[in-house]
Amino acid sequence: MSKIENLPVHNDSLLRFMTCGSVDDGKSTLIGRLLFDTKTILADTLTQMERTSNKRGLDVVDLSLLTDGLQAEREQGITIDVAYRYFSTGTRKYIIADAPGHEQYTRNMVTAASTANLAIILIDARKGVLTQTRRHSYLAQLVGIPHIVVAINKMDLVDYSQAEYERIRASYLEFAEQIGLQRAGHDITFVPMSALNGDMLVDRGTSMPWYQGPTMLELLESAPAAHSEQHESFRFPVQFVCRPHASDNPELHDFRGFMGRIESGDITVGDEVTALPSGLSSKVKSIQIGEEKLQRAITEQSVTILLEDEIDISRGDMIVKKSDAPEPVKQINAMVCWLSETALSPARTYIIRHTTRESKAKVGEIAYKIDVNTTEKLSAEGSLSMNDIASISFKLAQPLMVDAYTTNRATGAFIIIDESTNNTVGAGMIQA
Amino acid sequence: MTTLTKQPLSHLDWLEAEAIHILREVAGQCANPVLLFSGGKDSLCILRLAEKAFRPGRFPFPLMHIDTGHNYQEVINFRDQRAAELGERLIVRSVEDSIKRGSVVLKSADESRNKHQSVTLLEGIEEFGFDCCIGGARRDEEKARAKERIMSFRDEFGQWDPKNQRPELWNLYNARSHKGENIRAFPISNWTEMDVWQYIEREQLELPSIYFAHNRDIVMRNGSIFPVNVPLTNGEVINQPKPGEEVQNIQVRFRTVGDITCTAPVISDADTLGKIVLETATTTITERGATRLDDQTSDASMEQRKKEGYF
Repeated sequence: MSKIENLPVHNDSLLRFMTCGSVDDGKSTLIGRLLFDTKTILADTLTQMERTSNKRGLDVVDLSLLTDGLQAEREQGITIDVAYRYFSTGTRKYIIADAPGHEQYTRNMVTAASTANLAIILIDARKGVLTQTRRHSYLAQLVGIPHIVVAINKMDLVDYSQAEYERIRASYLEFAEQIGLQRAGHDITFVPMSALNGDMLVDRGTSMPWYQGPTMLELLESAPAAHSEQHESFRFPVQFVCRPHASDNPELHDFRGFMGRIESGDITVGDEVTALPSGLSSKVKSIQIGEEKLQRAITEQSVTILLEDEIDISRGDMIVKKSDAPEPVKQINAMVCWLSETALSPARTYIIRHTTRESKAKVGEIAYKIDVNTTEKLSAEGSLSMNDIASISFKLAQPLMVDAYTTNRATGAFIIIDESTNNTVGAGMIQA
Repeated sequence: MTTLTKQPLSHLDWLEAEAIHILREVAGQCANPVLLFSGGKDSLCILRLAEKAFRPGRFPFPLMHIDTGHNYQEVINFRDQRAAELGERLIVRSVEDSIKRGSVVLKSADESRNKHQSVTLLEGIEEFGFDCCIGGARRDEEKARAKERIMSFRDEFGQWDPKNQRPELWNLYNARSHKGENIRAFPISNWTEMDVWQYIEREQLELPSIYFAHNRDIVMRNGSIFPVNVPLTNGEVINQPKPGEEVQNIQVRFRTVGDITCTAPVISDADTLGKIVLETATTTITERGATRLDDQTSDASMEQRKKEGYF
């Protein structure tokens, strides 16, 4: 496609997506192609990859060398952690989260999914829908990735057969129906592909004239960016309060700016707002980014908000619209993915970090665990190990201002921290 | 939902908002953070982001530069000028002092001091009790960095353990540390070299002059352009040509700015920000590949240095 000139991106949006699959499905080839065809891989990197490939006795350049970053991984020839890659097309900038696909890396997939707005699920056309396809799809649904692209890859190995493509497509849709993927608001698109030959990735190629739909890149170019489809309730967790009262400028002595990022919705000067958990109300006097004053600000903008009245607000509080305020709660139910090698201990107290707020938390009840391969509910036996996913209730020391994760990915999410090590040990998604 | 909400933020606006959010999380979560500032283009972007994050207040952290003593005087002068303009406190700690203390021992007088910055940095962290260092590293620079967290944990020896990193999900950062440990925070992790130049152009940021095309004495050494006869702020002149090397005076610019002994310029006539953006779009060599002689030792050399406490 000639429209990729690798020209600087101007005034266009950004899309974060993830790739699910293993090296066997051609995932590295897919990423390698996207980077190569958008001229992101530069000459010296290629030379270095050639050298390493030769050293390992390969006669072609191994594109997976691009995505296998760490020395430890290169020694073992596997990917064990999430890696982030970047490319741009002249109209859009992309951030790829590349996560390993094996079962024991569920936590890495959940990590990669947490910031993605689109997931590419790779299927080997010779093998069709496998256990890992189900696992990847379930996790994409759990972590609320709105756009699913099912890439049926290696079409060259099934003679570019339309019948094979249709068969796999039908079987995936049947499975998607079972887990309620579309009912939950996810859209699913299919694309037949040969990443190795480049068919239907950036170029259409000539091997699949029967497919009239968009190429992989066209799908990426047209997918909505996250902030454009966020929940409309205004949620502004306060990160930092700016009070330059010691400034040389006397005009600033009464300045109180509430700094944060708008996690959802929008705000306009004059709007009536409420601070939580105090419940005190005021009106928006001014919205700023640095020195620049705005009339209105939207989701994902980092701004400073000034209010008409002097009310007490500190880090961890949340500013919301008066007409649309969540109820502060001291008990939550959530789907939790356990991330730590140390098992969850129901006897212990953990820290939950939700937006900019922290609270001590005690485990109430583990209702059930999920088998990520079959999506079946299993009875829970007291504890959670790494990569387990379970529905858990927590009792909180401090109230949190939450929304259900399915309606708001920002105010529905939290992490669990082990106070003794300070490690992040769990990821939670609040259930309605 | 109104139609205006649907209008996408441009990629630069999005990256800016993300970086401001990260800087404010550092300020909110850490008791005693510091911003590492070299006068280079990445850290100049972070200064602008810090202005947008915290003005009209002061920055909730001082600036610190780890000076190898082998920095271009244009950059050092620029560093001091910028800190003064901002009215923020600048701390300078030098590898030279670590050498005098005996904590850094050079193999030879002309050995690159780049990797020894780690020692001086750790000494600075200990001296002031910093619990977080904000840096300008980007994930697109180097393979080892592609997997590093935005808030990256270092143990009490300043070591990074790539196999034992804290999971980082959504935009919920965990910057907690015990006494003696610290966090390295990278607000522009998700930026590419192109994003940096586009941001500098959009914000009209001033830069040290050596980023723009200028004439300079160079020799060709081991296939790279090597700057020679470089004067230091103390009057000393380093990088003498070796016998038999032919000194040429050509038009070059720097894509990265670091220790003089290990940073090579590229041939260029880009003397404006616009021309640099275009040059960045059409280059065929990566930023570090072309210009950082210390990364060429092996595939894993950056990873090795990071494990030892490098930025």
